[in-house]
Amino acid sequence: MSDYQYDNQTVKGFILSSIFWGVVGIVIGLWISIQMWAPSWNVPPFFTFGRMRVVHTNGLAFGFGVGAIFGIFYYITMRLTKRPLVFPGLARFHLYLFNAAIALAAISLFAGMNQSLEYAELEWPLDIVVVILWVMFAVNIFGTIMKRREEQMYISLWYIIATVIAVAVLYIVNNLAVPAGLFKSYSLFAGINSANVQWWYGHNAVGFIFTTPILAMFYYFLPKSTGLPIFSHRLSIIAFWSLVFAYLWTGAHHLVYTPLPDWIQTLAIAFSLFLIAPSWGSVVNGYYTVAPDWSRMRTHYLTKFFILGITFYGLQTVQGPTQAIRVVSQLIHFTDWVPGHVHMGTMGWVTMTAAASIYYIIPKIYNTEIYSVKVANTHFYLVLIGQLMFSITMWITGIQQGALWKAVNPDGTLKYTFMEGLAKNYPYWHMRTLSGIIFTLGMLFFIYNVFMTMRRGSIPALSRKGGVR
Amino acid sequence: MASDIYRKPIMFALVSAVVILVGTFVTMFIPMMTPQMHPRLENLMPYTPLQLAGRDIYQREGCNNCHTQTVRPLRTEVMRYGEYSKAGEFAYDYPFLWGSKRTGPDLARIGKKYPDAWHERHFENPREFYPESNMPSYGWLKMHALDPASVRSHMDALAFPYTQDEISALQGRTEMDAIVAYMQVVGTAVTKKAGGDVKPRVSAPEVRNPLAGDPAATAAGKELYGENCSVCHGASGEGDIGPSLVDGMFLYVEGDLEDEDYFEMIYNGSEEGNVEAGRVMQGGMPAFGEELSKDEIWSIIAFIRTLQGK
Ligand code: HEC
Ligand code: HEC
Ligand code: HEM
Ligand SMILES: [Fe+2]
Repeated sequence: MSDYQYDNQTVKGFILSSIFWGVVGIVIGLWISIQMWAPSWNVPPFFTFGRMRVVHTNGLAFGFGVGAIFGIFYYITMRLTKRPLVFPGLARFHLYLFNAAIALAAISLFAGMNQSLEYAELEWPLDIVVVILWVMFAVNIFGTIMKRREEQMYISLWYIIATVIAVAVLYIVNNLAVPAGLFKSYSLFAGINSANVQWWYGHNAVGFIFTTPILAMFYYFLPKSTGLPIFSHRLSIIAFWSLVFAYLWTGAHHLVYTPLPDWIQTLAIAFSLFLIAPSWGSVVNGYYTVAPDWSRMRTHYLTKFFILGITFYGLQTVQGPTQAIRVVSQLIHFTDWVPGHVHMGTMGWVTMTAAASIYYIIPKIYNTEIYSVKVANTHFYLVLIGQLMFSITMWITGIQQGALWKAVNPDGTLKYTFMEGLAKNYPYWHMRTLSGIIFTLGMLFFIYNVFMTMRRGSIPALSRKGGVR
Repeated sequence: MASDIYRKPIMFALVSAVVILVGTFVTMFIPMMTPQMHPRLENLMPYTPLQLAGRDIYQREGCNNCHTQTVRPLRTEVMRYGEYSKAGEFAYDYPFLWGSKRTGPDLARIGKKYPDAWHERHFENPREFYPESNMPSYGWLKMHALDPASVRSHMDALAFPYTQDEISALQGRTEMDAIVAYMQVVGTAVTKKAGGDVKPRVSAPEVRNPLAGDPAATAAGKELYGENCSVCHGASGEGDIGPSLVDGMFLYVEGDLEDEDYFEMIYNGSEEGNVEAGRVMQGGMPAFGEELSKDEIWSIIAFIRTLQGK
């Protein structure tokens, strides 16, 4: 065994924080889903749909998602470099500052401080804090990698490095603004140019927060939890480079049929179609990794989380490019289809994979076994059902909306008023709240399992068990 | 040799940064440096202080989470919302507010579609007009006074021109006034092109109402009137947000007009400065030509005639 120590407290701190913000984000998600069919649930000025929706997206993307990424990346990086973090004190401060920032972010969004850029709503003072947080993270990650005790960098480290670089560039550029007081700023960019910058950012925020970091987890924890090595190293290499190359060309698929110059839209659509290849490179790699022994889906309870997770990623990356095509975009753009797409990614792929990674990590750092595989399985099925119901109902109502908007009478007039179309959404919006409740129940089982595991184990402040990759 | 890169983190970071930035450079950075990304319609004006204050509220309240502000060049979309969006309309939008979800209707052409009073009542309680609407109520904006000093600093940050009078005039105005002022300017650089409107006004197919006096049509017209017109013209045409339909005046001039003029008014709606039978409009009547069939419009006119006791 090795003679080095891991800073498990910080990892644990990030994981618990991320779970906490996850609960906040999900509860607000349920609330806004109710506001969609019961407007009396709007409580002005702070708790109206327009303000709360961004608390939901930011809470989950940055509080839950990025919180989990910080914690899990610290965990993975220490194991893959076979050494503790170079700056454990910095990591601890990083944790405190992260929580302060997310709390301030939530408050400021409730208060209506909003740059109106999707996934970059936070006003400029908080943008600066976010950049500081990211630099602190980057310093520790790069420092630790530089001083690693394992020469070869494993696949997950490639994705980690790409994430750290890409997010830094994206976040800084899209948030450039002229301050107009402490709580208000105006984007540096205007008009169609600001749209182009925003969706270059928006699409790649999805790419480098909901894709590459999750792939880093997938490539690390899938072999760990199944005991099977990744199928093909060469495929991993090809998939990595083509993914990070192609992603950045595709932002304008969010702007199809807008006044943005056509050539940018067309280029984005073409690269979106190409993206199927690298995405499925990882999907295939995952499937073939488990292929030698599919019985592990039953015997190793985490296997099914990862395999279902990567399956949703696979579906997502076929659906996404399809949506980018003009004829399809025409129909589904602006409709509820898009939240259907979004939540297959976030609830299916991201949450499934992150939760499984946490299930793997918590017993490891507490020197124990998972509290209950049965509870984990219940969690799995509830989350699966909730997510499928959510996405399927939204796909149906999205297509219906798109079709009603386009329907014309024989005499050429529009067949449905806007309100007639809207009224037809209500049954589906009710169903969506129900699926959200089922999903939330599943997450409660997850949280219960995590806490019971922690109660049963004991955490040495610094673990001496040097887990080898 | 190539596999060395997986042992050299700095090299790896540099190479991946370059690979990541190629697409950024081609699709984002290069276009930004060219004039095609900075077009501006000639008659587009920067926001006035009151309009900007309204736009700030639009941002603060996250209206863009439910409303888009871009009409795609698709036939039914242009029918529903109006002329499709032009690249040069958004030059003063820091940033654009096109949105990505249409829970409510597109607002790219909302400017001058309705009278101010309609907006105030709608913001106060959207369900008064549309019982099935899920839009939050914003009546509380009336209780919040504007702060002229902060509006001025916002104008300064954007380097938009303004006069001291415009700033002083904000004193005593509310956030409701501001959001309505913003609504009324959105998208008007296109519809208000110099020399009149984009869409030519459609003429009535007949001079006299072919369905006049038809009992079935009158009954259908009553229903359609209740759904589409009574919010502005009152349940029995007595007038409210819009003018009375039963007072023997038409477009503010004594003397009623022909069925064909009613038809054209309903079909085309009104824009300030448009003319019907020599009478000048003030604007604020929405167009119904894309939503109601010709027979439906004639039915409504048949019903209005019964209100007038004709
Ligand atoms: C929960 C989603 C939602 C939010 C948030 C919302 N709206 Fe709406 N809005 C709607 C719906 C649905 C309609 C259509 C029914 C109606 O007119 O009430 C609508 C209609 C409108 C209309 C009338 C459009 C037309 O052509 O008839 C205007 C103007 C409007 N909203 C402005 C706003 C503004 C300004 C805000 C922010 C202060 C806002 N809305 C916030 C959902 C929303
Ligand atoms: C949003 C409010 C609104 C709605 C809804 C509305 N109108 Fe109007 N209407 C107006 C306004 C404002 C005017 C005055 C137009 C002008 O000055 O340009 C007007 C003018 C008219 C006139 C000219 C009458 C006169 O005395 O000046 C007729 C006729 C008319 N509307 C019929 C209708 C019918 C029929 C409907 C339903 C299909 C309808 N309106 C719906 C606001 C509305
Ligand atoms: C090859 C991969 C993918 C492509 C090409 C793609 C494509 C698209 C397109 C075209 C849209 C816009 C739909 C519209 O508004 O008309 C969209 C929206 C979205 N996608 Fe994907 N997608 C991909 C994978 C993913 C993944 C893995 C996630 C993970 C969560 C994801 C999350 C989202 C989100 C959050 C939005 C909503 C953006 C918004 O409008 O706010 N996508 N995607
Ligand atoms: Fe995208």
